[in-house]
Amino acid sequence: MRHSTFFWFFLPTALAMLLFIAFPIVSVVMQSVFAPHPAVLVEVETCTPLSGCQRETTIDQEATRALREAEPLGRFVGLDIFTDRGHLATSEIKAIWANSSTWNEVFQRLGNLPFYRAMMFTLVFTFIVTPFVILLGLLIALTVNALNARLKGLVIFFSLLPFVITPLIGALVLFWMIDSRGVLGSSIQWIFSDPNLSLKASTGLMWFSLILYGVWHAAPFAFVIFYAGLQTLPKDQIEAAQIDGATRLQQVRYVVVPHLMPLVTFVALIQLMDNFRVFEPIVGFNAAAHAQSLSWFIFNDLGGETRQLSSASASSVLTIIGVAILLSPVLVRTWRDFKGKA
Amino acid sequence: MQSNAQKRPLGLQIAIYTFAGLWLLMAAFPFVWTVWGSFKVELDFFSIADWTYAITGERTKAEYGRPFTGAGYEGAWIKEEFWRNAINTFIVCFFVVCTSLTIGTLGGYALSRSAYKYTFFLLITALIFRAMPPVTLVAGYMLPFFEWNLWGILPTTIIVLVAINQPFTLWMLHSFFQSIPKELDESAKVDGCTQFQAFRNVIIPVMWPGVITTGLFSFLLAYNDFAVTSMLLAEENRTMVPQIAAFLGTTYTEGNVMFAVSAVVSATVPLFILVMFFQRQIVSGLVAGAVKG
Repeated sequence: MRHSTFFWFFLPTALAMLLFIAFPIVSVVMQSVFAPHPAVLVEVETCTPLSGCQRETTIDQEATRALREAEPLGRFVGLDIFTDRGHLATSEIKAIWANSSTWNEVFQRLGNLPFYRAMMFTLVFTFIVTPFVILLGLLIALTVNALNARLKGLVIFFSLLPFVITPLIGALVLFWMIDSRGVLGSSIQWIFSDPNLSLKASTGLMWFSLILYGVWHAAPFAFVIFYAGLQTLPKDQIEAAQIDGATRLQQVRYVVVPHLMPLVTFVALIQLMDNFRVFEPIVGFNAAAHAQSLSWFIFNDLGGETRQLSSASASSVLTIIGVAILLSPVLVRTWRDFKGKA
Repeated sequence: MQSNAQKRPLGLQIAIYTFAGLWLLMAAFPFVWTVWGSFKVELDFFSIADWTYAITGERTKAEYGRPFTGAGYEGAWIKEEFWRNAINTFIVCFFVVCTSLTIGTLGGYALSRSAYKYTFFLLITALIFRAMPPVTLVAGYMLPFFEWNLWGILPTTIIVLVAINQPFTLWMLHSFFQSIPKELDESAKVDGCTQFQAFRNVIIPVMWPGVITTGLFSFLLAYNDFAVTSMLLAEENRTMVPQIAAFLGTTYTEGNVMFAVSAVVSATVPLFILVMFFQRQIVSGLVAGAVKG
């Protein structure tokens, strides 16, 4: 295909991505180093014959407007927003590092800084949900593969539901059951015979439920992919293993899993990307008091009456950097493969 | 034909069926429970007194004389005018799917037929874009959209969702077009077609399976989105998902949780139908992504 033909074919999609993905990224980066102008204050001296002169400070509306129009981006603050208490909190970190005696204390105090709290939950969520999704997906795939044909269809049908469901809706459906008044919630209270154990009151239970939701939502995805991989498993390899006297567990360990390995890598990559953006379950579970994710953190800044664009932008930039770090091994590998081919 | 060596011992057989049953229960039960409960009153669905009320509907009987009631649906659809949100969702999904397939097909086809190096970089860029949480972009939309009075209306949201959709659509269609032999359009070009004519007359007639599968995923992305739609739509233009979130804010205080429950069930129905009719395409789409990606 010639360059010019390629250009015209690719133009519409390139324009869409340029205007609504690339430019916003630039704009987010810009906003993160500019803060809104404060109002311009003027001191006015009003003198009246009887009470003498009084000095008052008022907002100079005209000057404020003029300033905002002259520099619509706001005033340049460099990396100040990144280092403030709401984000990287560098000075607080130094203090924590200097006066904490144990690691436990360091983590405890880090947990009080909102950005680090959100980051900790996001990382914990990502790195617990991803392996469990792979494991559960593999188990379901192996199980379904052993069922008879009619049951297979049924199980695949119902398995797809948690995956295609709107994340917010899926989270709500689970939340209403795990909530202290829901059927699972009251069972949990009954099992632990603790009537005060509820999702609203327990951080541990909240994290557990969110992770449970994450696994429930994504396991079908891993399952479908692994199940398809199992269909292409060469029969003779399994038979050879059987002739050599491998037990079922050994067959799975040494034949099936290596065969599925490329798919495991794929699922892990997609899951890392998707779990890192965890957001809807926190809204659905009403979990903000116990668990906040980076995406929720940004969303929270953006919403409400005071749209804190600078703060949200700084969090966004940090999140994008996080994604880049997460993705870098894959990118490096793809780049090497590409150079190897060329 | 199973040889003796492949026959499973009884214990394993039982374990397999138990586990399959358990998973089926895990996957389906929450939905069954919520659909059943959506026809009850709040005190039955969230029953503190006795959890069996949620099944038998004692309080619902006491209030309405029957164990089922459509009060939640009536409240959501008629009183809270949820149908407006349903129409908005329909408009958004329809235009997102159409636009993103049109421009994605052209782009994906070009990527699959060009042998130059920049296709690789374009695909990697798309992968990076795919990895970014959409909510990180929203802060970048706000100022320009406010400035040009584009905030809050459906077309803006549609075009933003199309753009967010593109990386995924491109990857999927790229790998799909690669599975269509190049010789098809090459021979058309030998016969004197331009590249576009070759695309229109030779590729378009055979591309529908891949396009439909990709369209399903575009639809899911548009339908399921919460971060973008809730930040970019004004209150009167809300789609279903942000509206449900809004219900939560107001209804927990008003004691009308059942509105939200029935709205949730209503919003699940299209997805249920989708899986019923397109199960094969969804599965094959996921698998195609895995094999090529």
